[in-house]
Amino acid sequence: MRYSFFSKKLVAVIFLIAGFVSAQNHEGEEVETGAHDLKTEIKEYIDHHLLDSHDFNLYSYTTDEGEHKYVGFPLPVILWDNGLKVFLSSEFEHGEAVAEVDGNHYALYHNKIYKTDAEGTINFEGHHGDETHTEDAYGEDLVVDDAHPSNEKPLDLSITKNVVFIIAVALLMFLVFRSMAKRYQKSTMPRGVGRFLEPLVLFVRDEIAIPNIGEHKYKKYMSYLLTVFFFVWIINLLGLTPLGVNVTNNIAVTFALAMITYLITTFTGNKNYWKHIFWMPGVPVPMKIILAPIELLGTFIKPFSLMIRLYANITAGHVVLMSIIGLMFIFKNWIGSPLSFLLAFALSLLELLVAALQAYIFTMLSALYFGMAVEEDHH
Amino acid sequence: MEKLLEEFSLGLFVWQLVLFVGLLLLLRKYAWKPILGAVEKREEGIKDALDAAEAAKKEMQNVTADSEKLLREAKVERDALLKEAREIKESIISEAKEQAQVEGDKMIKQAQATIESEKKAAVADIKAQVANLSVEIAEKVIKEELSDKGKQQKLVEDMLGDIKLN
Repeated sequence: MRYSFFSKKLVAVIFLIAGFVSAQNHEGEEVETGAHDLKTEIKEYIDHHLLDSHDFNLYSYTTDEGEHKYVGFPLPVILWDNGLKVFLSSEFEHGEAVAEVDGNHYALYHNKIYKTDAEGTINFEGHHGDETHTEDAYGEDLVVDDAHPSNEKPLDLSITKNVVFIIAVALLMFLVFRSMAKRYQKSTMPRGVGRFLEPLVLFVRDEIAIPNIGEHKYKKYMSYLLTVFFFVWIINLLGLTPLGVNVTNNIAVTFALAMITYLITTFTGNKNYWKHIFWMPGVPVPMKIILAPIELLGTFIKPFSLMIRLYANITAGHVVLMSIIGLMFIFKNWIGSPLSFLLAFALSLLELLVAALQAYIFTMLSALYFGMAVEEDHH
Repeated sequence: MEKLLEEFSLGLFVWQLVLFVGLLLLLRKYAWKPILGAVEKREEGIKDALDAAEAAKKEMQNVTADSEKLLREAKVERDALLKEAREIKESIISEAKEQAQVEGDKMIKQAQATIESEKKAAVADIKAQVANLSVEIAEKVIKEELSDKGKQQKLVEDMLGDIKLN
């Protein structure tokens, strides 16, 4: 009971802060843009929120003099462009300046770093006139410019905002679970944070690993399952905080996780697993030949679905949540805003569930694939 | 899909892969193994304790059953002993009775035999005395009545023979 009370309070506080921060943000931009189409602005803001960033921005606003102010701190940019180039992202001045390192010039364009000349010219491939018309979620014409920069893109290994959070979560997990493990040396009863975490660890073991992999073989997969479960869960939860971070809605992150699942499945697969892929037992030979490529494709589709599922769920959650918060600024009356707040509140609670659910599903399906890989022949 | 590919950040992918695998390896060594080991140890301990408790309970039941069995056996034995004692008592009594009967009978027979012999002796004595008396009487009678002694004797013996018939 104490936990749930605490978490409710925490959620309430987070939302107050979230509302405060984003409200401040928008008010600031409004002053600047004035007649700017509010809907477009909100949409841009959401798109921006979904992207990774080279700065750690808590929020930005515009002063009365029309000057942009950013609250946050710069992060290191690490490029590989005929040698290692390291500098702070503050040199970009939030995309407004060209950074110069060792005689090379780099500019930010849509959160991506391009190699440019001293003026920061971005050359475009395709014509600016070529526009693709699609309908957006509001049923309005969405104009996408087909032109994309043709500038050279150096290998960007920067510590971006998302990388910072990955490191933070990794550190947090290591410290918490290490201290939890140390407590067990004194007595086998869980103490402190272990009282909360042990049931979760046991849940992963008893409800995910053992039923899917089997009593005898689950042990070697436990480390991965536990790490991925807590990692995805914690990082999803962080995505709901007003820090404005969303790591798991980057396809690169979910791709990395799904790839590890795929590699573990592939390298621990036993003879029976491969036999079921390349030479399905119990079906006629022509069918075996047809099934083999399908089954082989299946081994890629399974982790691919893991990747897309996590990515899409978290992205969708963020888009919907931010759109509903954005409604507050469109309605601007005493019915719309409370309604939008209530909806956002309800949706946030749902997102809390989704954060845990997606972690559970990712772990569960990974365990299922591992289980298939080590299943013994029953024929 | 194209948007996804365009969004794909190789840097983020590399960082995620490296950091995650690093975290995985570190946690495996420093957290998951000790935690799972401790939990397993504790579960085993609990299982052992439960098994021991179960065994103790069974033992208890066995002991109770044993003592009950012993009690039952003792009761049966006691009953048997009592029964035997009763039988022995009865047999002793009946034997004693029989013996007494036999002894009594014997004594009665002896007494009867004694009485009979006494009676015979008495009768014989009486007979002798009666004979003597009779002889004396006869002698006196015959002394007076008869002179011939031979004749007198013959007469007395005849008369005695008559008495014997009585």
